[in-house]
Amino acid sequence: MDIFGDIPWYIYFAAMILKVLVAFVFVLLTVAYATYAERKLIGFMQVRIGPNRTGPIGLLQPIADGIKLFFKEEIIPAQASKFAFVLAPLVALVPAFISFAVIPFGDSIQIAGYKFPLQIAAYADKAGTVYDLNIGVLYILAMASLGVYGIVLAGWSSNSKYSLLGGLRASAQMISYELAAGLAIVCVFMVSQSLSLQAIVADQSGLFGWYIFRNPFLFVAGIIFFICSLAEINRTPFDLPEAETELVSGFCTEYSSMKYAMFFMAEYANMVTVCAVMTTLFLGGWHGPLPSVLNFIAKVYVLMFVCMWIRATYPRYRYDQLMKLGWKVFLPITLFLIMGNAIWMTLFK
Amino acid sequence: MAGAYLPIILLLAIAVCFGLGSLVFSSLIGQKKLSAVKLQPYECGCEPVGSAQERFSIKFYLIAMLFILFDIECVFLYPWAVLFKRLGVFGIMEMGAFMLILFVGYIYIWKKGALEWE
Repeated sequence: MDIFGDIPWYIYFAAMILKVLVAFVFVLLTVAYATYAERKLIGFMQVRIGPNRTGPIGLLQPIADGIKLFFKEEIIPAQASKFAFVLAPLVALVPAFISFAVIPFGDSIQIAGYKFPLQIAAYADKAGTVYDLNIGVLYILAMASLGVYGIVLAGWSSNSKYSLLGGLRASAQMISYELAAGLAIVCVFMVSQSLSLQAIVADQSGLFGWYIFRNPFLFVAGIIFFICSLAEINRTPFDLPEAETELVSGFCTEYSSMKYAMFFMAEYANMVTVCAVMTTLFLGGWHGPLPSVLNFIAKVYVLMFVCMWIRATYPRYRYDQLMKLGWKVFLPITLFLIMGNAIWMTLFK
Repeated sequence: MAGAYLPIILLLAIAVCFGLGSLVFSSLIGQKKLSAVKLQPYECGCEPVGSAQERFSIKFYLIAMLFILFDIECVFLYPWAVLFKRLGVFGIMEMGAFMLILFVGYIYIWKKGALEWE
């Protein structure tokens, strides 16, 4: 059975375990410090100081929060559907943490005559041919869709009116914007002619190779994709599912302790993934002036900063405005973009 | 090619272990002083009225149905987009016809008011 080509099995497994562990820990740390960065940034934007008591300039705050949440009392409401209630945070967390597996976070590196692509779900044979998931984009879309289940399950199983409303709103919002996001990236595949993320990144070298600068239709598609992704992961200004002024805390009203923290981590992990996908599909992936991994991280962090900046700037949408924006504005625009891109690409080959 | 899928299974295992671990660990070390009132669902401090797992607005079903229709169309677009350059002008005309039919349906649901939230 040909599983990993002609490279020795121990090299394959060592590279695989190393890549998985390093990437997982890195995402976990990014998630932890994204919460700190967000509080600090929004603090400065609102002329406050933000967390500054635990450690120098509050740097130990995420760790203190984590430890505190472990020691908190765990409440499962008496009328809740217990199994689904406990399962829901897991269903939200796991897809959020495995969807970055297909994202190439750097150029391939050579060690001792073997080539290692810096992407979790990829390997290279002795000749140096890189094999990755040839349907990488579909994998990411699938994982993004799975995230809906955790939230719906949480909203329904809590048996609380606020949770149910939050869960329903979340599901309708996420599937609506998933549609527009899924259509916006069709423009990318028309240029790349592939669904493999390695191929998509390889095609974007040089600043004007970035897909977002290829033609006006791709530029608009990139912006729409980013906005729709924000709506899909329930970030402000689309954080209706947990609109605290009307729904207390939305789908996670009844959650406490680590279960609540898991929804929180899932949200931030999704934010990291969305920024990484945006970087890979539209902003040239790891291409740039710095060493490849640093380029990638820098682009992802800049996008995450934009997410936080948006949160500090814009008020929340009203629910009917939100659905109107998704179905009556973004959906027809993306359909026109696809046809426009097709005609543009045929005219200017 | 299967070699590209193995790391995903490993990552899945790690993520599940991490999630289960935090659930079990926090329920072991967290304090427990439960009471009947604490176990009620939150309802602004009032006694909860009835169950929440009841009927809800039909709009949500409608959105889900429309999503499935348009998502299937999205699925048709992906293989077309990947083969776009090879199909040439013929491909554009085919897709133009497909989109036109789709757009008629889209205008129909708009005019019928399926996208209104009042």
